[in-house]
Amino acid sequence: MRHVLSVQVENEPGVLSRVVGLFSARGFNIESLAVAPVGDGTKSSITMVTIGEEEIIEQIVKQLNKLIRPGRVVDLTEGPHVERELMLVKVAAQQEVRAEVLRIADIFRSRVIDATPVSFIVEVTGSSDKLDACLALLTPLGVVEMVRTGKVAISRGDKRT
Amino acid sequence: MAGAGHESVTIPVDFHTGKSILRRFPAFRMGPERGGTPDRRGKPESGEKSVKLTGAEIIVQTLRELNVRHMFGYPGGVVLTLYDEIMKCPDIQHFLVRHEQGALHAADGYARVTGEVGVALVTSGPGATNAVTGLATAHMDSIPVVCLSGQVPSNLIGNDAFQEADTVGLTRSCTKHNYLVKDVNQLARVLREAFYIARTGRPGPVLVDIPKDVLALKADWENLGGRVDIPSYKPTIAGHTGQIRKAVKLLQKAQRPMIYSGGGAVLGNAAPELTQLTRALNAPITNTLMGLGAYPAQDRQFLGMLGMHGTYEANMAVTHCDVLLAVGARFDDRVTGKIEEFAPEAQIIHIDVDPTSISKNVKVHVPIVGDVKHVLARMNELVMEAPFRKHQADLAPWWVRIEEWRQKDCLHYDQDDETILPQYVIHTLYKLSRGELIVATDVGQHQMWAAQFYGFDRPRRWLTSGGLGTMGYGLPAALGALVAKPDQKVVLISGDASIQMKIQELGTAMQYRLPVKIIILNNGYLGMVRQWQELFYGRRYAASDMSATPDFQKLAEAYGAKGLLAEKPSQVEGVLQEMLDHDGTVIAEFRIRREYNVYPMVPAGAAMKNMILI
Repeated sequence: MRHVLSVQVENEPGVLSRVVGLFSARGFNIESLAVAPVGDGTKSSITMVTIGEEEIIEQIVKQLNKLIRPGRVVDLTEGPHVERELMLVKVAAQQEVRAEVLRIADIFRSRVIDATPVSFIVEVTGSSDKLDACLALLTPLGVVEMVRTGKVAISRGDKRT
Repeated sequence: MAGAGHESVTIPVDFHTGKSILRRFPAFRMGPERGGTPDRRGKPESGEKSVKLTGAEIIVQTLRELNVRHMFGYPGGVVLTLYDEIMKCPDIQHFLVRHEQGALHAADGYARVTGEVGVALVTSGPGATNAVTGLATAHMDSIPVVCLSGQVPSNLIGNDAFQEADTVGLTRSCTKHNYLVKDVNQLARVLREAFYIARTGRPGPVLVDIPKDVLALKADWENLGGRVDIPSYKPTIAGHTGQIRKAVKLLQKAQRPMIYSGGGAVLGNAAPELTQLTRALNAPITNTLMGLGAYPAQDRQFLGMLGMHGTYEANMAVTHCDVLLAVGARFDDRVTGKIEEFAPEAQIIHIDVDPTSISKNVKVHVPIVGDVKHVLARMNELVMEAPFRKHQADLAPWWVRIEEWRQKDCLHYDQDDETILPQYVIHTLYKLSRGELIVATDVGQHQMWAAQFYGFDRPRRWLTSGGLGTMGYGLPAALGALVAKPDQKVVLISGDASIQMKIQELGTAMQYRLPVKIIILNNGYLGMVRQWQELFYGRRYAASDMSATPDFQKLAEAYGAKGLLAEKPSQVEGVLQEMLDHDGTVIAEFRIRREYNVYPMVPAGAAMKNMILI
């Protein structure tokens, strides 16, 4: 099963490689990974999506907790939470196809953030499923390149994740 | 046969002045009191006002603050500043090994016999890469070791500088934690943290990588008495009370209880509590390879070691028990065999300080995260209460079955007059020394025979690389033990292949007059490899024949040690006695039967009940 883990770490050199190294050394999967400093910059937030049986996920959470520096590890999948991902899609679009690209962008409530006579860049945010659906429609129109951030997620309600 | 004892060792002289250099080596100067407590005068008291010191001075002062008295290492370009400082410090004795792996194993052996943190110091690049095997060995067996490594100057890091290696990257997965200290102001804090992390929770090795320039830069330092504050690292000590009660209730109802204790019981100094609980329950107990000594081997309730080369009674009791109490053990594949058939009838209780060990390999019914000593003491309180006694199940039928298994006498051997059997050597050693030795081993057949035939009645007297299985571990580990316990006899039981992996540490033994007794069980093979090839590879002995071994007597003599040889069973006792009586370093070689296997044996991946007896 797919799990979204949120890991708060001290923003120190080597912390990310410690987290990622743990996954490769023990043969755990990482499906996506999103990292950025949060707050005053002394901490970073890592959101990772991993797949595994319950026992494996339990091991992953325990192993992450065992690392000396990372502070909090939360399996967001265990409670109500929201997930978002961002995707940038470059579409080579000329003449009649241009209108179709814009229409699709509109359906997915995405924005066009760059336009040339022969191309658009579309920015889409939402759940990973929505991004997949949008991409599926854009692909036949001429997708040149695409980048995705990987999921970020946060728990619902007024409590800290 | 008689070689030069250490009495006739040439006294080392300074190459330039021709004067004796004994003065420089406290180990020599102190003679029989090798490794005794050094003079503590001049030690800064906690709370003393802060002073400005160089990085190298900070390291030495912080090590003194942490009561480090001995360290093992090998110098090189980037750590010379630090060595210069250590030389000035009379409180810290440094032992020069012959290879950095040896420094780590020596620190590891030191830690195993004392329970204190062992300390190693290596240089950058090859110094650090040579240390990796030692770190990985300590990591797998959860041994508290701190390794200081030199690094190229900060401004050269990443430039492929001379003797540069990404030490922190290389050692990340074989240490409990590691640091690269680029700011001299952080140095003392990091060192205190390193020692704290190494010895607390589930112990393990910690590496601190220090660039050369940091050793010369200055920062404020004050004695903090080892105080640390790591908010993100708080090992659990007390176990959950509800879980402990649940466990005790299970044990009370158990008709076929079994205790399986591992290295954690030794590392957690929980032998007294474990012994008390086992006796109170009247339950049978088995120890893992790492756990030997946590329960007296001579006791009726002890069934011997379990696992691949464990006893028949231990493996059968685990297979048929209805409640299994695992104490500081990690359900290693060499213990469990086929995991689905490990203790298939049992409710499993698992006490461990490391939550990742619990339900990692085997599903546990009552997990208890906490310090084993603490949890067992709490369990003892509950077990000693009257209601427990009154309602405990009758274990008599269980003991009848166990005694039947024990009747098999699975460790039986028949020594003839012709060829020495390894069991006979170790059994005789045990009898001659009344089980009072500290025993180190290397890895392979001799290690298993030692585990089977040298019964330990006390913990911290057994040094063996259990998890990583590092050949070459034994000699340097034995030297580390001798530095820590100069008044005790330390014997290394090795094989002809293993000993050659770290034979150079004989030089260290001679230089510091560490009177290690080395037993080599020589069969001219990589014995355990050959055994597997015999059993599972149709007797095709690919690359396991090592019949071109050196003349170990002459080798001993070349180093200035004593060499002994036994070729016939009738010589075994005499040679062992002469070895034990000699007060210097000895190699005693025993030519044992060449093609001879360790039994009982559970083939890898097979169920515990499917043992090959002989």
